[in-house]
Amino acid sequence: MLLSRAADGLYWIARYLERAEHTARLVDVGLDLGLGRPDATTRRAADRLYATLGFAGVLDGPIERAPLVGAALFDLAHRSSMASCVTAARENGRQVREEISSDMWEQLNALFLAVRQIQTHGDRRGRAPSICRTVIAGIHLFQGLTDATMGHGEGWQYLQAGRFIERAASTAALIDAFVADQAIAEGGRLEQIDWIALLRSCAALEAYCRHYTADVRPERVTEFLLLSADFPRSVRFATARLESALLAIARAGGRDTGGRADRLAGRLHSSLDYGQVDEILNDDPRAYLAGIGAQCGQIHSALYQSYIAYPIESAIPA
Amino acid sequence: MSLSQPAAPGRRMALPSSPPGDLFSRYSLDHVYDEMFDSSGEARPHCVPLVEDLLAASLPQLRQHQTEADRAFLTQGITFTVYGDEAGTERIFPYDLLPRIITAAEWATIEAGLTQRLTAINLFLRDIYHEERVLAEGIVPRELVYSCRHYRREMRGVHVHRGIYVSVAGTDLVRLQDGRFVVLEDNLRVPSGVSYMLANREVMKRVFPGLFSRYSVRPVADYGQTLLAALRTLAPPNRPEPTLVVLTPGVGNSAYFEHAFLAREMGVPLVEGRDLLTHDNAVYMRTTSGLRRVDVIYRRVDDDFLDPLAFRTDSRLGVPGLLNAYRAGNVSIANAIGTGIADDKALYAYMPDIIRFYLSEEPILPNVETYLMSKPDDRRYALEHLDELVVKAVGESGGYGMLIGPHSTAAERDAFRQKIVSEPRNFIAQPTLPLSRGACFTGDGIEPRHIDLRPYVLYGDRVRIVPGGLTRVALRKGSLVVNSSQGGGSKDTWVLQD
Repeated sequence: MLLSRAADGLYWIARYLERAEHTARLVDVGLDLGLGRPDATTRRAADRLYATLGFAGVLDGPIERAPLVGAALFDLAHRSSMASCVTAARENGRQVREEISSDMWEQLNALFLAVRQIQTHGDRRGRAPSICRTVIAGIHLFQGLTDATMGHGEGWQYLQAGRFIERAASTAALIDAFVADQAIAEGGRLEQIDWIALLRSCAALEAYCRHYTADVRPERVTEFLLLSADFPRSVRFATARLESALLAIARAGGRDTGGRADRLAGRLHSSLDYGQVDEILNDDPRAYLAGIGAQCGQIHSALYQSYIAYPIESAIPA
Repeated sequence: MSLSQPAAPGRRMALPSSPPGDLFSRYSLDHVYDEMFDSSGEARPHCVPLVEDLLAASLPQLRQHQTEADRAFLTQGITFTVYGDEAGTERIFPYDLLPRIITAAEWATIEAGLTQRLTAINLFLRDIYHEERVLAEGIVPRELVYSCRHYRREMRGVHVHRGIYVSVAGTDLVRLQDGRFVVLEDNLRVPSGVSYMLANREVMKRVFPGLFSRYSVRPVADYGQTLLAALRTLAPPNRPEPTLVVLTPGVGNSAYFEHAFLAREMGVPLVEGRDLLTHDNAVYMRTTSGLRRVDVIYRRVDDDFLDPLAFRTDSRLGVPGLLNAYRAGNVSIANAIGTGIADDKALYAYMPDIIRFYLSEEPILPNVETYLMSKPDDRRYALEHLDELVVKAVGESGGYGMLIGPHSTAAERDAFRQKIVSEPRNFIAQPTLPLSRGACFTGDGIEPRHIDLRPYVLYGDRVRIVPGGLTRVALRKGSLVVNSSQGGGSKDTWVLQD
């Protein structure tokens, strides 16, 4: 038995933490790109990452680096900033305090306190990469505690659903940004360093190299991040996990109006299971990627309709 | 064991000969009861192991323990929000490192006294909302009851399952010069603080494990189970597998941590008003698998906010229709609606008579002498002695609406004089009590500070009191106000085995 409001809180804890991790990794990769070879190409590669975080205009001209990094990490007015996401995750954790284990709560709270400590008092100069890594490690610790100290029942499935729907949508959006730039870039090609940046933004460079060798090609990168069956940050992998979480939720819920969310997730997952990268790229890759985002939106709505914000009239006992 | 030669009353405590006793260099004794040392400066027998450990400790060690304790509270999120601060600063409630120790014999008296008191209070509430014998026989003045703003007319004639109106009470005790505990006030609506009793013990075990090896301390950890069992007894008889919930006003409430804590300890859902709805006079909560019937609500929401259809219409914390479901007997609420009449501070003065009336027994725990401002003789006396008395507003709690005569200015006394004259029913006066002092770590050493004691009394199949309670500390030197909202802190409270 799970309160609808608690299900909502659990789902959002995981979504916000996934988003915080995504932002932290993008900032980390962007900073790293600027090291060693600070020229126009690396700069543009980094700017593209910021653009996907919702910083408008970074691709149009030179912008001061430090404030951009500071905003992506700590600006609470910016909803995708790492600090915003960690704060929101922790606030949701407070709301569902009795549903999660004390170990999980203490880790979530410690993460929040650490971020706020740096934000308000810490000397941040030159520390952004280590801050990003600390936060990512803190989120992974939370996920480990989630798996190790909380029953894998209905509540846990909402955490899974939140984490993987966020991952599917944000990875698809990130690929889209590169595909879009690829189409308009002069000469029709991004540099190899851009594609490496994309892989690293998904923590996928090593896994990619093991699979395809270090020969980094755009269609292979797209294939790997979209369609890999076993890489945990690919869209296909994320939708598989999302589908199984939603199936478990449907079984636990036992409401006859359930089932829509898992059907939609199953359909998305199947389309990726049987997808072919050459077909996708030759047809309209941007429409395809946008379609993934739209389907994630529909799955989210269906989840809410079925379990969280359902109309009372449909549920009143006879 | 002695801290060297006896200290005369009012004198500074003499330095012990054994180093590094300078932790105690600012410890002074006077006419007030000291929980650790008797008036001659000898450690009380049950405090000897603690004093020995402290004499062996160093200032940096204690500071280290204090830092660890504070950090433990912070990471556990045992905090309250400072309102009006942009950054939403969260602070911990100050925690004093040293335990307050109560002997088995002292506890036996407290337990018997509180059991007697809560039994009588429940009989009184049942009577007040049904036959009114206590009024008819002139034990309690009728107008005092009807003029209380916590008296709920809606509860007249309402059947309360098993006659248990107050399932959870938090009664404040203080210890006077002669070492006796007296009742300062009853909290019978939504008493809070029990999570600190439990959290303080956990933190104490974490930072000071060595101390426990020298004492046999009765555990408090089963409070959650005891509370759950007590609440279960309230379930409507036709609901053999009752669903219980804790009702909280939400994360914005300063006691939210405690609400979530108790829900977790009991393994029941923590709900807000918006999670509940009524249909056909039954209460349901909205879950992922549809609506689920709720049988017992442990509410941490005041009467006023429970049901916007019955009480305050502007309440967004409550559940429309809850009162009717309750009156229909389809849901139980703990504590019952309308218990605030019994912790009205003017009613308090009649509590000894109430105990005698219902139980034909003498009160085991005495009351504090109380002057009712609605009585002309009492009022005249109090207005002449405002500089010696403590004046309290009858319906307030949390240390608000209080005048402490000896610590007040002439202007403050004048303000209270006017309030008393214009609304005598709303005030009582009591002598300024010499609250006992407990040893506290100040950061620079160990000094005595005024303390009180709030045990938590549960009424299920019978009255049960988890051996312990919340010892609140007036951390500012000389202050008599222990409320957390007024700069107080708390300590772990040990009840020893026989």
